[in-house]
Amino acid sequence: MASWKYGMAGIFETEESIIKAAYKTREMGFKNFEAISPYPIHGMEEACAIKRSWIPYVTFGAALVGLFGGLALTYWTSAVDWAINVGGKPFFSLPAFIPIMFELTILFAALSSVGALFYACGMPKIDPPIIDKDLTCSKFAIFIPNDDNGYDESKISEMFRALGASEVKKAEF
Amino acid sequence: MIKRNQLVLGNKSLKQITEDIVAPLERLPSKGWLGMFLSAKALFLFYIIAIAIVVSTGMGLLGVNHPVGWGTMIITFVFWIGIGHAGTLISAVLFLFRQKWRTSVARTAEAMTVFAVMTAGLFPLMHTGRPWLDFWLFPYPNQRGPLWVNFRSPLLWDVFAVSTYATVSMVFWYIGLVPDFATIRDRAKNNIRRIVYGALSLGWRGTAKNWSHYEMLYLLLAGLSTPLVLSVHTIVSFDFAVSNLPGWHTTIFPPYFVAGAIFSGFGMVVTLMTLVRIGFPEFKDYVTIDHMEVMNKIIMTTGLMVGYAYGSEFFIAWYSGNAYERYAFINRAMGPYAWSYWIMISCNVIIPQLFWFRKFRRSIPVMFVVSIFVNIGMWFERFVITVTSLHRDFMPSNWGMYAWSRYDTAILVGSFGMFLTLFLLYLRLFPAISIAEVKPVKNVGYEGGHH
Repeated sequence: MASWKYGMAGIFETEESIIKAAYKTREMGFKNFEAISPYPIHGMEEACAIKRSWIPYVTFGAALVGLFGGLALTYWTSAVDWAINVGGKPFFSLPAFIPIMFELTILFAALSSVGALFYACGMPKIDPPIIDKDLTCSKFAIFIPNDDNGYDESKISEMFRALGASEVKKAEF
Repeated sequence: MIKRNQLVLGNKSLKQITEDIVAPLERLPSKGWLGMFLSAKALFLFYIIAIAIVVSTGMGLLGVNHPVGWGTMIITFVFWIGIGHAGTLISAVLFLFRQKWRTSVARTAEAMTVFAVMTAGLFPLMHTGRPWLDFWLFPYPNQRGPLWVNFRSPLLWDVFAVSTYATVSMVFWYIGLVPDFATIRDRAKNNIRRIVYGALSLGWRGTAKNWSHYEMLYLLLAGLSTPLVLSVHTIVSFDFAVSNLPGWHTTIFPPYFVAGAIFSGFGMVVTLMTLVRIGFPEFKDYVTIDHMEVMNKIIMTTGLMVGYAYGSEFFIAWYSGNAYERYAFINRAMGPYAWSYWIMISCNVIIPQLFWFRKFRRSIPVMFVVSIFVNIGMWFERFVITVTSLHRDFMPSNWGMYAWSRYDTAILVGSFGMFLTLFLLYLRLFPAISIAEVKPVKNVGYEGGHH
């Protein structure tokens, strides 16, 4: 069970203001803040200095496992464990095994990538606290946890107000 | 610069978009929905009874016999699995091509894929005749040796292709739904709704870090689904093409099947979307006439590809100089099953030509009727391929007809009951348009809209 963090949250009404706020929050030296939005925002990764997702490496690794796992399965069952002569074809009939290898490549890659997303996002989360009900609908927020560098409630609240936040509050996230 | 048409009409705010899309979930069902649901449900129950009779009595109730050993089950399997392909094409291939119009139809098209594959998947399982032994299809360690499955058989490739396709398309669809479930959770007025959608949303929070991973995953799944969808119908076509039967043993089958699958799938998407637009009028601002027109263009294009395949197949049958191959095709067009061949040609090649005219492409009644013809035509295409090739092969002493029985009709018609029951439930329980994907494109075509 994940433990939630406490801190300050500023609620914003537009996409432009949240991007500006994210840049500013980062400039102020905060590192562990979260920018919350109802949909992915173009340019948000740059604003928050988020590195490119590492999920593709998982995908590639799992794809290789699926590919060679498929080869191993078909080879071992058809040519080693109980080799049966089917229509005079070679026991190790690679072209016929390619569809199996291909499908297993896709299956392993897809499911492992989803597993990686779950890991990366800490999902599933049971009943996580919600800063504002509109954050999955029409509003945006920046949340700064109280363990971040230079956390100071009055300074943060002032900064959010200056950036045009419609609401500033203490929150659990 | 060319001015783009608006993707979302009415210059909506973010809140309005959410409200419009979740409206069908949050109000009581309309009479129209209830009527359709009860009819679909009744048909589904009828289907279950028909399956129970066929499974308990035996496959002999259907028209399959020597020489036509593949009948309604296989035809309808290929039909439904083909329907599924348009959903993946819209959700994955058009995503890779950055086609923004796909956002409003992707969710429903994907749902159609999932339900069509579920409907399709039952057929080969029942066609085995002893469905309680279907686990034999998978390679698992057993006490008979272990005796393994035959990996050289296209039928086994199909087991892997269809089960992978079902799994991946379901996961892709679900991942797309996660942020929208969170939206519904946060709007929920009563506790049960909050708990159910909260569980479905897996605790999604929408932080920038989450979105960054999420978008990457979405791209990866789209990239994986694209070759997957092509492989699935390719492998389905191998079920036929790898055999030695005249009319089946052709290299054109994989691309021909894939084009036909996309064609039939878009036919079904248009049929369903016209109905969804009527049932949920607020969706007309999201699934606009422009969206429908684009899909009709795809129907026409793929219809032409299918028509080209019919012609090319015929030409090659003659050009090959192989007497059996030639006969198979002459028999298709002029033999005892000529009626089915000409239904196929009229529905798939001739009728979609109406879409050359802009007026027809943008007319809801016209596109509805055409899409129904496409659905009928594509079922008959599979009928033609399966039955006419089998019923007269090399030796006239081995010729026969398919003895269509009322159980064939029951199985075919009943499968629509299963599909429609699932689809109608989906429309009431899940957001039928992707809320999180529509929001970023809401400014397309407006003054000052970016991209």
